[in-house]
Amino acid sequence: MSSAHTKTEHGHTDHNYLNHGSGIWSWMTTLDHKRIGLMYFATVATLFLIGGFFALGIRLHLAKFGAEPLLDPDTYNKFMTFHGAIMVFMVIIPGIPAFLGNFVLPIQLGAKDVAFPRLNLASYYIFIAGAAIAASSMIFNQVDTGWTFYTPYSTAKTGNGVILLVLGAFTMGFSSILTGLNFIVTTHKLRAPGMTMDRIPLMIWALYSTSIIQILATPILAITLLLIGAEKTLGVGIFDPDLGGDPVLFQHFFWFYSHPAVYIMILPAMGVISELITAFSKKTIFGYRAIAYSSVAIAAVSFLVWGHHMFVSGQSTLAGIIFSIITMFVGVPTAIKLFNWISTMYRGTVTFEAPMLFALGFMFLFTIGGLTGVFLASTGMDVHFHDTYFVVAHFHYVMVGGTLMALMGGIYYWFPKMFGRMTSDLGGRISWVLIFTGFNVTFFPQFVLGAMGMPRRYFDYLPEYTNLNQISTVGSWLIGLGFLVGLITIIHGIFKGEKASDNPWGAKTLEWQTSSPPPHENFINTPTVTAGPYDFR
Amino acid sequence: MSWSSLIPATSFMPIQATEIAKEVDLLYAFLIISSLVSFVILIGGMTWFLIKFKRTSLDQKSAYITHNNFAEFLWSFIPLVIMMGIFYWGMVIFEKLRTPPEDIAAEIHVTGEQWAWTYRYANGKEFYSSANEPMIVPAGKATKLILTSKDVIHSFYVPAFRTKQDAVPGKLTQLWFEPKQPGEYIVFCTEYCGTKHSGMMIKIKAIPSEEYAAWYHAEKKGADTPADLGKVLFAQKGCAGCHSIDGTRVVGPTMKGLFESERKFTDGSKTKADENYLRESILVSTAKIVETYSPVMPPFQGQLSDVEVANLIEYIKSIK
Ligand code: HEM
Ligand SMILES: [Cu+2]
Repeated sequence: MSSAHTKTEHGHTDHNYLNHGSGIWSWMTTLDHKRIGLMYFATVATLFLIGGFFALGIRLHLAKFGAEPLLDPDTYNKFMTFHGAIMVFMVIIPGIPAFLGNFVLPIQLGAKDVAFPRLNLASYYIFIAGAAIAASSMIFNQVDTGWTFYTPYSTAKTGNGVILLVLGAFTMGFSSILTGLNFIVTTHKLRAPGMTMDRIPLMIWALYSTSIIQILATPILAITLLLIGAEKTLGVGIFDPDLGGDPVLFQHFFWFYSHPAVYIMILPAMGVISELITAFSKKTIFGYRAIAYSSVAIAAVSFLVWGHHMFVSGQSTLAGIIFSIITMFVGVPTAIKLFNWISTMYRGTVTFEAPMLFALGFMFLFTIGGLTGVFLASTGMDVHFHDTYFVVAHFHYVMVGGTLMALMGGIYYWFPKMFGRMTSDLGGRISWVLIFTGFNVTFFPQFVLGAMGMPRRYFDYLPEYTNLNQISTVGSWLIGLGFLVGLITIIHGIFKGEKASDNPWGAKTLEWQTSSPPPHENFINTPTVTAGPYDFR
Repeated sequence: MSWSSLIPATSFMPIQATEIAKEVDLLYAFLIISSLVSFVILIGGMTWFLIKFKRTSLDQKSAYITHNNFAEFLWSFIPLVIMMGIFYWGMVIFEKLRTPPEDIAAEIHVTGEQWAWTYRYANGKEFYSSANEPMIVPAGKATKLILTSKDVIHSFYVPAFRTKQDAVPGKLTQLWFEPKQPGEYIVFCTEYCGTKHSGMMIKIKAIPSEEYAAWYHAEKKGADTPADLGKVLFAQKGCAGCHSIDGTRVVGPTMKGLFESERKFTDGSKTKADENYLRESILVSTAKIVETYSPVMPPFQGQLSDVEVANLIEYIKSIK
């Protein structure tokens, strides 16, 4: 998307959104959802590299290859905090909705743009501002709370860098709320003629459910983070027992947002997977309604289970039991989705291009992540596993194995639409093999470490945990290499990729009915919809 | 790197030092097996479809199948039933982990701080973990810990006992265990608490219960027991002005038989008088008012240290 690229496009007669206006300024002031989507892409990819750097640092330290530890404890704790905060607040949460969602949602609906294009651009800049504020905390001493900011550690025992990090997350929260609002209104108001609610693609159902969570839950995080700031600067005494506050109250507030937030992270990924599996099986999705409604069901139930992060926090035994049973109910819509995706492949005609490989990788890893979630939801079992590497492995399987695999698959899938060129399929496949293998080598041993009792957020550990930690570190290099290959494949595709046809995968949703790349306002003539989104008859 | 050392790790779990650990591991084994079966059904089924329905020629057509209500009902209902079973099984274990038995052989006040634990026994013996002193407990008998923290949240985790409980400043939480055999067991801190979080370890040393009794009664470290110290405080702080210790009713409720009795409050709620209740009643005395009394007691928040509160509680517990 550099200006060099748009210049070569100028030679062609066809006019599209990439060459509609040129120069950096036309990008920075654009109201086109597709360009805003790509700006999020560039931003999130950069942040992902930074978060990945910290991850490799953590793993390298924990391998204990040298005689001397690589990092000192305080530096390690900062690495751990930045890694988590960047990956959660700046990569996984905005990744699919703000980047892929922004690019795809209006086209899939047959709309010219989102409902509020100016607000959309403003959301982007608010996100950038939040990321900048959060990043500035790195220069200050002691942001070592972990991404969960538990009190009274964060308010009473560590440096003031926390305030900046929290303020950054607070600011990014606004971006998230505004994007959600924009998507909901767009979905309701701007559907093409004939696009009834039971004809919208499942990607949109997923984004829609996500948006509901974003609007309802993010304000709670915002208030909680403000309270931390207030406690730290003014000493208001809501969370600090020395001032008469309750530290566990913070955990209630925090998880009341952050549990729904894990679904902000995974629901959009499920949307992507629904698109990929139908397109590469060339078959109508199995159980459209079940998948669509289970997204909404997950969004609703996700508000009632926050206490499963607090089974050993001192909350009452009865509360633990109630949260446990409700958590089990979330497992059901999740299982429904898995079964439906698999049935979609039944009697289809399946091909295995890079996007499909990522979708299959998602299925494999997400199944493991989901099943281990059941272990943790069972109270008697979780008492042993809570705050150990088992939890670390569980959430990486769902969030990295799930969301990031879907994000990668989505990038390769919509790439021809974004840039009018194809990526090298071989490049995509090589990067997939490396990421998939590396991922399992990195995180599977962590289940075992957790069962053996190794707690999370540990700078150092007992000798019996050494081998598994070293295996895990080796895996992390494979993942790093895989993403490097992916990056090269994408950059190569942008500049040198083969020209793409309008519908290279033979998919049925609306974005494939316009040119690649689409014109400035998506369609020359507003499309009329006469059938469901996956009508492969 | 030696691969052979991975073999003992195949049980994946630390040694089973308590009866409950065995029960937890049984549930764990069930979860692993049922997950494996589910995984094989899901991913195995998927792989089979992928091979069987791989596209071989360009003009191939897919079947047109939109849904199947019966199948969809089945695969929502069966997981639900299994998960309810797992919920129930976990709950049974959880309640055992959380409910100490009646006969407690040792009761220890444990206080976390960055980055060490202090443990105080009912007779005044007191140890500080940084001095590398293990926590001595009787084997084959139940020990109850009353946990709190001086600064930030810590968490007391004994892998071999499969149990864990946060130590929260400003609150008392509890944990119990009954090691079957004498031995040494490691304790980790599992709630992130700053620089030396991973170094905050102690050992629990379980010794035969006769030996424990001898050790416990051997020369005391402190001159007075916490209950003795609490008795002095009770007089000094003016508690005795309003509370009797012989059952007579004065301005406030009597302390006699108070511990573990059921309390009814003016707002109609009820609770059992455990350590946390006593603590709250002392520090924030107006939080819950016992029926037929009025909220006249001054709050002692900020006037008593954690150790003083613990001593007062021990004294109240001793007034039977
Ligand atoms: C749908 C995708 C899922 C996502 C994105 C997800 C994400 C996460 C994350 C990020 C954490 C760790 C939070 C932290 O402490 O940093 C976590 C923990 C947990 N997850 Fe999941 N999870 C998913 C599925 C499930 C399922 C299906 C269940 C249960 C049926 C489950 C049960 C739990 C429980 C009980 C914990 C708390 C464990 C503990 O801290 O002791 N999760 N999950
Ligand atoms: Cu600690």
